[in-house]
Amino acid sequence: MLKLLNKYEDKLVAHGLCSPGEPLVGGVNDAVIWNRPDPLAEELEKIVAALNINSIIFARPTEPFFSILNYHCRSSDAEFVPEDTETRTFLHSIPVAHSMTAAEIVSLLQRRKGCVVEGHGVITFGTVSPEQAFVVFSSIIFSAFVKFFVDYAYALHSGAPEAAAASMLPDVLAAYDKFLPAGVNADLETGVFAGEDDILRAMAHAGKATVDARMVDSFFGNISYFARDTVYISQTGSSLDELDGCIDACPLDNSASTGITASSELVAHRDIYLEGGIRAILHGHPKFSVIMSMLCFEPACENRGRCHIKCDRERFVEDIPVIPGEVGTGPRGLSNTLPPAMLGRRGAIVYGHGVFTVGKKDFRDAFANLSEIETLCRETYMRIINGPVQR
Amino acid sequence: MHGWTGKILTVNLTKQTTEELTLPAEVYWRNIGGKGLCGALLFDHFRHAWDDPRMPLAFMTGPLNNTSSPTSGRMTVMSRSPLTGAVCDASVGGRLGTVLKCAGYDGILVTGRSHSWCGLTINENGVAFQNAASLAGLAVSDIHARLSAAPGMQSGAHAMVGPAAENGVRYAAIVFDGHYFAGRGGLGLVMAEKKLKFLSVSGSLKTEVFDRNELKAAQEEIFRLVAASPVLTGDLGLTNYGTGALYDLMRSRRMMPTNNFRETYFEPALSMNAYAYKKRYDTKKFGCAGCHVLCKKVGAQGEVIPEFETMSHFSALVGNSDLDAVVAANRVCNEAGMDTISAGVAIATYLEITGRQMTPEALVVLLESIASGRGDGALLGQGALRFARESGRPEVAMVSKGLEFPAYDPRGAYGMALAYATSTRGGCHLRAYPVAHEILRKPVATNRFSLSGKARIIKISEDMNAVVDSLTACKFLFFAASLEEYARALQGVTGMQTSAQELLKAGERIYYRERIMNARNGFTAEDDDIPARFFQESGSSSESIRIAPISRSEFLQERAAYYRIRGLDAQGLPTPEKCQELALPC
Repeated sequence: MLKLLNKYEDKLVAHGLCSPGEPLVGGVNDAVIWNRPDPLAEELEKIVAALNINSIIFARPTEPFFSILNYHCRSSDAEFVPEDTETRTFLHSIPVAHSMTAAEIVSLLQRRKGCVVEGHGVITFGTVSPEQAFVVFSSIIFSAFVKFFVDYAYALHSGAPEAAAASMLPDVLAAYDKFLPAGVNADLETGVFAGEDDILRAMAHAGKATVDARMVDSFFGNISYFARDTVYISQTGSSLDELDGCIDACPLDNSASTGITASSELVAHRDIYLEGGIRAILHGHPKFSVIMSMLCFEPACENRGRCHIKCDRERFVEDIPVIPGEVGTGPRGLSNTLPPAMLGRRGAIVYGHGVFTVGKKDFRDAFANLSEIETLCRETYMRIINGPVQR
Repeated sequence: MHGWTGKILTVNLTKQTTEELTLPAEVYWRNIGGKGLCGALLFDHFRHAWDDPRMPLAFMTGPLNNTSSPTSGRMTVMSRSPLTGAVCDASVGGRLGTVLKCAGYDGILVTGRSHSWCGLTINENGVAFQNAASLAGLAVSDIHARLSAAPGMQSGAHAMVGPAAENGVRYAAIVFDGHYFAGRGGLGLVMAEKKLKFLSVSGSLKTEVFDRNELKAAQEEIFRLVAASPVLTGDLGLTNYGTGALYDLMRSRRMMPTNNFRETYFEPALSMNAYAYKKRYDTKKFGCAGCHVLCKKVGAQGEVIPEFETMSHFSALVGNSDLDAVVAANRVCNEAGMDTISAGVAIATYLEITGRQMTPEALVVLLESIASGRGDGALLGQGALRFARESGRPEVAMVSKGLEFPAYDPRGAYGMALAYATSTRGGCHLRAYPVAHEILRKPVATNRFSLSGKARIIKISEDMNAVVDSLTACKFLFFAASLEEYARALQGVTGMQTSAQELLKAGERIYYRERIMNARNGFTAEDDDIPARFFQESGSSSESIRIAPISRSEFLQERAAYYRIRGLDAQGLPTPEKCQELALPC
């Protein structure tokens, strides 16, 4: 158990979400154990005792995330509701506690998977593994970040930018620069790959490079390669930086269902490959791409509020299409919207969700495309907030 | 009340009388419905033997039945098992749960024993006893056809017992709407003992919903999660391939019970997977009322395609590599109304003890003899454990508390070892279903070859599934959704202010009550165990996957942790302190 707790402490730090020595990770079987002693453990154990859970994480996130979370706390009463896919699908809302007391926090965690404690940090839990607590922790930070920038741009557009947000923006952007790695070049294998070992190795390297470049939090996103009439794809909920043993081989004719554990985007990947000419697909959640996908200044659009499923406009960030589509295979699923949008394109952004990019031989161009699209989106966003206000 | 009708039909078969039972709202709120309500109503009766006329047979719906909440068509049946002597409940699909609400009842509580075969027709205008003598000896499909042809019953729903129950098979099932089984533990034999051949229900009443917008919002959240689930609606998932989608996975993970759990890999399984059935039988999908996953499969010629457990046990477990024989064996069980899991394990036990090999033809013949109570089948119909004991080889029966194991070898998913052992109804995969995280990676992946920390996970999962069976929703949906979304649905339907964690507390109470009922009937830690084979023998390893025996000491250590977490003493018995905390009599 302790090994598992230490693993997620290390991941929070390695992903830049927390400072070293900061995360407090608890595991519960017939007793609670912690990754390290901490005076807060006593209060947290009251929370554990009141809930049917098996793990808990409390940590103060790094900047700019901590400031952004506190901003949302100050702007909210009981909860805030980002509109990205992570929130819409899994979190639903992010509750806010205003004191670091079990009495207040328990009632929030009875109905949601995590909460923000104003001025203190984030608390999340799992019922099966600390991995759930880690995923929710990461999601809350991602969603809060996206909401901050989306809200700011819309407020600016409406002529009423929030003063507090405007004043903290330079520091937030500077801190975010520090959060990002110095360079995003990755020395990835050159394809075409034919042997299974080569494919798995190339996928593992590309997945890790994507996480290291902070273009996805490790438990999100997915990656695939097409060879021998088979789609090799990361498993559902797998970490892109830990793909060893977590790649399913899914034959095109569905003659084996072993890939039932494959990513929920298997169908979308497969249909892109079926159009021909593509060998590699990479899907990440780079933050400014997601932010840009959620910015649309179309006046009085009848689909406002349902953009993630109803948007019928042709939207682009330069040459990159922005499309609606929910996770998976449902009638509004991106398995329907993504493949046609990718035809002849280097990538596409799914509203509120993330970016899909392709490679003709290997992951070098897919990775480069992902990085370039994120840079493009960030530059475009900065032009929007610094340039003449769009009306 | 919203959600519930507030009425339970009580039936005394001895006197051929019925009454309407009205329970305080608090009973509904504490027990939700389905499994919870069954437990509350049967609690004081559990000292009676399964065949005592005073022992009730309960059919209970949940507050979500007959609403637009996803997978709201299920219900729970509960009594005491003729096979195990333990608590036995089954969550069953089909339409009867929905239609019973339409007839104005939350459930039916049956006691007594009719002097001859009878049936019960129920609709919003009344209840009537029927002479069912003419249905005795008929196959399930024939009974269903006759019941459906009765005036006013074309759109009704039906539950019935078949020949296996008439002939004393201890794992006889109750069959709902021709296709859906309250399969495990012999609930069909309980119904047959009461000489109740069928229930036929029709109705058109609406279920009152407290807040339709709230329910709609919850429904959208659940649909969104289901659409995002590869296991449910992915191209290789349950919608496309049915539960048979798991077959390849069990083979590839080398945990497919083979030759009575002596091996864990079956080479012919490669060509007996869900894809093979789809190709051979050109399958179409159908499913329960209120469900859009539609995990049931039927062939173009009407062949009923076996579920995963049946596919596995009638192939790997008994050494059969003939696809058609699996379908034929399934048909025999369906028409007789008996549990395929117990039948498969009973036959595998027979094969190990006798040293015989099974031909496809012999498999079908042996199942027919079980269903009719003839020849070797007579004793096999009493279950694997009774057969093995009679043969002087009790260790060969792959059971827990006398209930035969389904198609997950615990050496390939260690949480399953603990889950089989602690399950209140015996060797059952559905109480905690650790395969979800150990194999299917939902909600996240755990180490399948470790017992560390599994005690608490199993306990939480048992509590959660107790809630799911009380709601009454489908466990499969919880590969995607969680109690967070279903709490909102429940709130929308009933107006009950609740949360995921509060529901888990209700689940804990519901499950602990079953521990009390079993303890009162003599079940102790000795029964919370699995066969020695799993601690002593390896499975079928490959170069990359080692299927080793489970460490007995680690198992006992984790079981002891489970007892502490569950609030049981070292013997697995309820404690006064925990009973008091949960407001349950000890």
